[in-house]
Amino acid sequence: MAAKTPLLKAENVGIQFGGLKALSGATMELHQGELIGLIGPNGAGKTTLFNLLTGVYVPTEGRIMLGGETLNGLPPYKITRKGISRTFQNIRLFGELSVLDNVKVAYHAHARHSMLSSIFRLPSHFRGEQEMEEKAIEFLNIFQLDSVKHEKAKNLPYGQQRRLEIARALAAQPKVLLLDEPAAGMNPQETKELMKLIAFIREWFALTILLIEHDMSLVMGICERIYVLDHGQLIAEGTPEQVRSNPKVIEAYLGEEVS
Amino acid sequence: MATWKRTRGFWGSVILAFAFFAVVEWLIASGMLNIFYVNTLFFMAINVMLAASLHLIIGITGQFSIGHAGFFAVGAYASAIMTMKLQLPFAVGVLTAGVAAMLAGLIIGVPSLRLKGDYLAIATLGFGEIVRIALLNIDYVGGASGMTVTHMTTWPWVFACLLVTLLVIANFTNSTHGRACISIREDEIAADAMGINTTYYKVAAFVIGAFFAGIAGALYAHHFYIIQPSNFGFLKSFDILIFVVLGGLGSLSGSVIAAVLLTIVSTFLQNYPETRMIIYSLVLIFVMLYRPTGLMGTKELSSLWKWRKTEGGVNHGGKNTVA
Ligand SMILES: Nc1ncnc2c1ncn2[C@@H]1O[C@H](COP(=O)(O)OP(=O)(O)O)[C@@H](O)[C@H]1O
Ligand SMILES: [Mg+2]
Repeated sequence: MAAKTPLLKAENVGIQFGGLKALSGATMELHQGELIGLIGPNGAGKTTLFNLLTGVYVPTEGRIMLGGETLNGLPPYKITRKGISRTFQNIRLFGELSVLDNVKVAYHAHARHSMLSSIFRLPSHFRGEQEMEEKAIEFLNIFQLDSVKHEKAKNLPYGQQRRLEIARALAAQPKVLLLDEPAAGMNPQETKELMKLIAFIREWFALTILLIEHDMSLVMGICERIYVLDHGQLIAEGTPEQVRSNPKVIEAYLGEEVS
Repeated sequence: MATWKRTRGFWGSVILAFAFFAVVEWLIASGMLNIFYVNTLFFMAINVMLAASLHLIIGITGQFSIGHAGFFAVGAYASAIMTMKLQLPFAVGVLTAGVAAMLAGLIIGVPSLRLKGDYLAIATLGFGEIVRIALLNIDYVGGASGMTVTHMTTWPWVFACLLVTLLVIANFTNSTHGRACISIREDEIAADAMGINTTYYKVAAFVIGAFFAGIAGALYAHHFYIIQPSNFGFLKSFDILIFVVLGGLGSLSGSVIAAVLLTIVSTFLQNYPETRMIIYSLVLIFVMLYRPTGLMGTKELSSLWKWRKTEGGVNHGGKNTVA
């Protein structure tokens, strides 16, 4: 394990907003094919870490590496094209666009037809658009969204919006997929199905996944390793069993369970 | 066969468009359409081009630009310099107008499109005013008294430019490049996270919009005999903005319809400029009250047609999602 170079690596990464240290000294390794959990109470800094990994914020300390390449300072769209894509905790779909078009937007970076070919309706435009359509429908099929492909994204029920966000993130064809509380707001049945789906896409697309979950019990079942954040610090790392019995983790979660 | 089905609507529109062209050409040639109506028709086409080009920037890409008359002015003056000062053919003037406005769009767009919301509006408003004041102070183009321009704009020119403008904007919008722009309008952070180079597409939409506003400027300059900086003030930018907002942000057909209707209204109220502004304001207030999303919302004429045909199907799809 130690000999293999990690696919995604964060070295002592941190960021400060004014006086607030939202995250500091976070070190994390994701290896090819792993499904890793990132848990912690509300406000611990989980989403902030995602924002650093995807270039929304530039870290004020530390280094982020994908393969052998440093990602610090790259704009989000370039990081996505290098192979990291994500979903958002507060769903951010393109509401006025159809379900199908939402997925097509994410596939855009892989389209080969130029702006001029579209303006002049050259054959390459039709070929390119056709290919996009087929790819997009493939993703919608996997997520059972093909029956609503012409609906506006904003009109979908909540659970389908969550699934569409994952489908869209996959259409960007990432090596690493970051999921920010994908089960938030879902009922237990929907959550169970979602977790099965995540396990499935990981196999199917040979993906590496980092999954944020606020609820500890959810990730225990499917993740091989778990990182625990609290107050902007990584306080524990290990297998679900190790993490569950770690006194620091129990303490961090004590106040949480009641609320 | 599949190709024919896909493009049937397109070819239908082309045939309709050319029939319209031929009829108007015949009416003009036979003298049945008097100069008043010809003027109105040309002005309508120019306004439609301005509306469609601003629609691409505001309605599609979501960038609130309110200095569109600046690009219109750059095109008008650039073409007039080509034909009047350098004695070059009209075609050169038209093309130069587009390119000059495009360059102006690039110069103003690259720095200001990094700004968000209000800042972009202020920057483009400033640009429009700077163009007007610069023209006012350049003696080469006549300062406040402006330039006299020979009449060269003919119906075939107007029709061709209008058709190209609408086709290019519609084709751009209905492609992966247009969807990239719409995704920026819908959620810029998500668009960026999905791999869209947001700055590139914002600038692209801005520059294409500026290009066609410039072409409209060339047609305008060579139709009304004289151009003066006062034709291109903030009120002109405001007029164009109203077409887009009134038509429904995001709808090309809406912008076109609004431009046509408001041109008719303002032509008949030409001699009562105060009344014109009052009616404009009333229309705006009315629309904001009763149709806050504009005449067409984000819908296109063609989608209204499709929607009627598939109404049952859409509802059925909705029912499936409950389970
Ligand atoms: N852009 C920002 N500016 C200032 N503070 C921020 C910003 N983003 C996050 N924070 C702060 O960082 C902390 C961690 O937030 P977050 O990463 O969203 O937590 P989590 O996702 O674990 O619930 C919070 O205290 C939050 O208020
Ligand atoms: Mg969060």
